[in-house]
Amino acid sequence: MTDNNVPRVEIVPNLCKACQRCIEACAPGVIVTNPERAFNELGYMWVVYTGEGCTGCGVCFYVCPEPGAITVYKRERDKKAVAQEA
Amino acid sequence: MASNVLKKAESFFDHFERWRPTQNQTTHYCPGCGHGNAHKLIAEALDDLGLADRSILVSPVGCSVFAYYYFDVGNVQAAHGRAPAVATGLKRSHPQSIVMTYQGDGDLASIGGLEILHAANRGENMTVFFINNAIYGMTGGQMAATSLIGMKTTTSPYGRSVENDGWPLRVCELLATLPAPVYIERCHLADAKGIMSCRKAVKKAIKNQADGKGFSFVEILAPCPTGWKMTPLEAEKWVKEKMIPYYPIQVFKDESATREGRFPQPREVADDELWKALDLGLFGETHPYDEPFVKNFSTTHFKFAGFGGQGVLTGGVILAAAGMQENLEVSWIPSYGPEMRGGTANASVVLSKDPIGSPLVVNPDVLVAMNDPSLDSFEDTVRPGGIVFVNSSIIARKLRRSDVDVIYVPLTDIAAEQGLTAGANAVLLGALMEYTKLLPIATIKEIIPLGIKRKQLIDANLRLVDAGVEWIQNNVKGRKQSVTVPPSKQTAATPVMFPEK
Amino acid sequence: MQKELIKGNEAVVKGAILAGCSQYYGYPITPASEIAQAASRYLPPVGGTFIQAESEVAAINMVYGAASAGMRALTASSGPGISLKQEGLSYIAAAELPCVVVDVMRAGPGLGNIWPEQGDYHQVVWGGGHGNYKCVVLAPNCAQEMCDLTMLAFDLADKYRNPAIVLADGYVGQMMEPVVFPHKRVKVPRRDWALYGDAESKRNVISSIHMSTESLEKHNNKLQGKYAEMERSEVRFQEIKTEDADLVLVGYGIVSRLLQSVVEMLRAEGKRVGLLRPITLFPFCSKRLSELTTQGKHFLVVELSNGQMLKDVQLATKEATPIHFYNRMGGAVPSVDELANVARKYVK
Ligand SMILES: Cc1ncc(C[n+]2csc(CCOP(=O)(O)OP(=O)(O)O)c2C)c(N)n1
Ligand code: SF4
Ligand code: SF4
Ligand code: SF4
Repeated sequence: MTDNNVPRVEIVPNLCKACQRCIEACAPGVIVTNPERAFNELGYMWVVYTGEGCTGCGVCFYVCPEPGAITVYKRERDKKAVAQEA
Repeated sequence: MASNVLKKAESFFDHFERWRPTQNQTTHYCPGCGHGNAHKLIAEALDDLGLADRSILVSPVGCSVFAYYYFDVGNVQAAHGRAPAVATGLKRSHPQSIVMTYQGDGDLASIGGLEILHAANRGENMTVFFINNAIYGMTGGQMAATSLIGMKTTTSPYGRSVENDGWPLRVCELLATLPAPVYIERCHLADAKGIMSCRKAVKKAIKNQADGKGFSFVEILAPCPTGWKMTPLEAEKWVKEKMIPYYPIQVFKDESATREGRFPQPREVADDELWKALDLGLFGETHPYDEPFVKNFSTTHFKFAGFGGQGVLTGGVILAAAGMQENLEVSWIPSYGPEMRGGTANASVVLSKDPIGSPLVVNPDVLVAMNDPSLDSFEDTVRPGGIVFVNSSIIARKLRRSDVDVIYVPLTDIAAEQGLTAGANAVLLGALMEYTKLLPIATIKEIIPLGIKRKQLIDANLRLVDAGVEWIQNNVKGRKQSVTVPPSKQTAATPVMFPEK
Repeated sequence: MQKELIKGNEAVVKGAILAGCSQYYGYPITPASEIAQAASRYLPPVGGTFIQAESEVAAINMVYGAASAGMRALTASSGPGISLKQEGLSYIAAAELPCVVVDVMRAGPGLGNIWPEQGDYHQVVWGGGHGNYKCVVLAPNCAQEMCDLTMLAFDLADKYRNPAIVLADGYVGQMMEPVVFPHKRVKVPRRDWALYGDAESKRNVISSIHMSTESLEKHNNKLQGKYAEMERSEVRFQEIKTEDADLVLVGYGIVSRLLQSVVEMLRAEGKRVGLLRPITLFPFCSKRLSELTTQGKHFLVVELSNGQMLKDVQLATKEATPIHFYNRMGGAVPSVDELANVARKYVK
């Protein structure tokens, strides 16, 4: 089980085209090319989340051109904050 | 929207099965291509606004020709550049639907330049996403109307030059001169900030349509790493450093807050109302079938000729309509087109008991000449033994021929005496029918009011018919009670029958 | 009986509306403009749409959109505009959408003039756009048929999900004749392939792109199958006095009206002359022509173009019996006497 209060990012290896736009855009720099330097089904050297330090800002989700490659889990309380704002 | 998860939008298909059976959760776009970003923004906006079910996306010709692989909405694929016209047909057919076009710069700014201009100018209540990547991606990196000065492409190998290729086209700026569009904004996809403002613009442009506000246009500066021969990161940089300075990121027009929403409602008309609305039943029932009259009627060919304003064409129509009401076969055919504006016009009318073969009257049995050029043109064509009515108010000369029956009648003067110079044709119809007895005067008088709106004018015209009748009675001695017109060369043919299915 | 004295061009519009057409998109051109004018007058009050498009290219694509939306849609033009519509027609045929296009032919090539000609036969009957497609083509010769064949065109377009073209000419369009209109309107049903902007229809795709050769070849074969079915089921023609005829005149549109008069004239002289008038130009009455050929009949093909329909007659008869040809071009319409003189040369 993942802790809902810890923001994180999930990247599906086979849906990544290795454009590196997410790497460029991530402020804390927590997305990197996979250390094994392996290639996915499509033939790209996909990128991975380092596992910690994601702030849940969502930037990587929007700069990534692929619809399903990146999912960002924000902090749970962000949801409440948003709900309050609305 | 208020979710703590940013994930693939519901408005996308889960698997892109329209593309291929496996490996179908990615797009067909190149790594780093802006189309993917733009697609995500549109899908997210449709999710947020709950409009996917009502949406129809018109995809262009270009790299995004396959947009229907991805979006779980109604999809139409249009010819190159024609998406705004296709969208117009869709939107006008279903005003409640949300119609979006998604077009590249080749599609929108070049080949479809006219279609986008006019959809915008009509203020079609639709949403246009214009993906400006300054190049033709799909066909292999050729120059676009939006390619920058000096830009090397596969068709501008020495760089785009103003002398040869003109200036890069700024479409937002052009469209912003039009009063109709409600919202025009240019944004970019080169960094997170740009994408986030683009996200807002996309959503607003769709919402405007749902709110009935009219034409919304979002230009999106998008990287095409492949066409530009750059890495995705170089391409992002190029958008910022080269494109944005020429294509300013800006809201060019936004009347979203102040425009009144318009929601056209579909209207259904009952069958009877429709019949009326189509002006059908105007002539009423045809008269009781008078067998001896019809049986003994010999085919008669008329030529009415004069200048515009003398009502020669209308005169012919009234005659034909009267014939129709008396159960004859009739046809009327005008000289049409520009030369009518030059002054002379003529109409061929055929009345016959049999279905009419050729409706063209080459050798009339009856010629009506309202002015000199008409008489000059047609005098020689009249069948020997035929009748010529000459408007002697205008034509001073006499006929050169002696083998025809000629009536000189001052039609325009008679009309003028009654205060209606434009009514010479009504006088003519009275005189013609009184002289030939071809059709009852009463039937002519029944038809005349159908084409005139003002009651006064109707009465005046009917008086002119009487004046024509009287003139013949008073001036033509020994008139023939019934002119039997011998069968002409253009005899009628067997019935035109609709084939069995 | 209730008859209307009406121009062929206007009869098209009233017939179309009675056939359930609710959408007109067009660009004016002589001698077809009355169609746009009548549509602009009659459609909006009954809940329909009229748009004067920016070009014929746009007009046919608006029709593409309206047809995608499940509507009965109409556009009309003449030669120069029909040339511009060919791109759209190819897409509409490829996407299997129904629509009706009226071509009121004028004389060409180029700007030519506005008088009647039949020079669009090739671009309309043989297809002027790209790819292996065909349109149903109906050729009226009177105002009544401008109404009837427009209505039929909508039915055939729907039946085959294919564009249908009413190929008229300047005279048939401009001519006023009595027309009896049906007293009922056709209700257009919801189509399961169209887009209505709702959840039920949103999975439908209107497209003409097939990326794999297999898929496109299959699609092409399907289209050819429809055309073959049209050739089996939809051939329409009219015959006058052909049974005992030695010489069969062949002509469509306004020409057939002239030829009717020629038949009467020559029959009165005791000459055995008949008329075959194709009403559908695609599918063409090839079978009937070949039957008449086996009966040893000779033909005189008359057209207002450079032997465009003649080619179809030659194909159908395999030229097994003599085929004579007479034509005029440039807007010149022959007189009945002129045609009778030509026919006399070929019949005892
Ligand atoms: C009538 C016509 N002309 C040319 C083409 C070839 N063609 C396909 S896409 C395209 C240009 C695409 O460029 P753009 O609209 O900028 O879209 P992009 O591929 O860059 O997304 C061209 C010229 C065509 N399909 N149809
Ligand atoms: S959500 Fe923000 S911080 Fe987390 S990986 Fe993505 S860009 Fe980096
Ligand atoms: S932006 Fe998307 S496709 Fe590009 S490297 Fe990152 S995860 Fe992969
Ligand atoms: S060629 Fe350019 S526009 Fe086309 S998919 Fe590739 S990057 Fe995108």
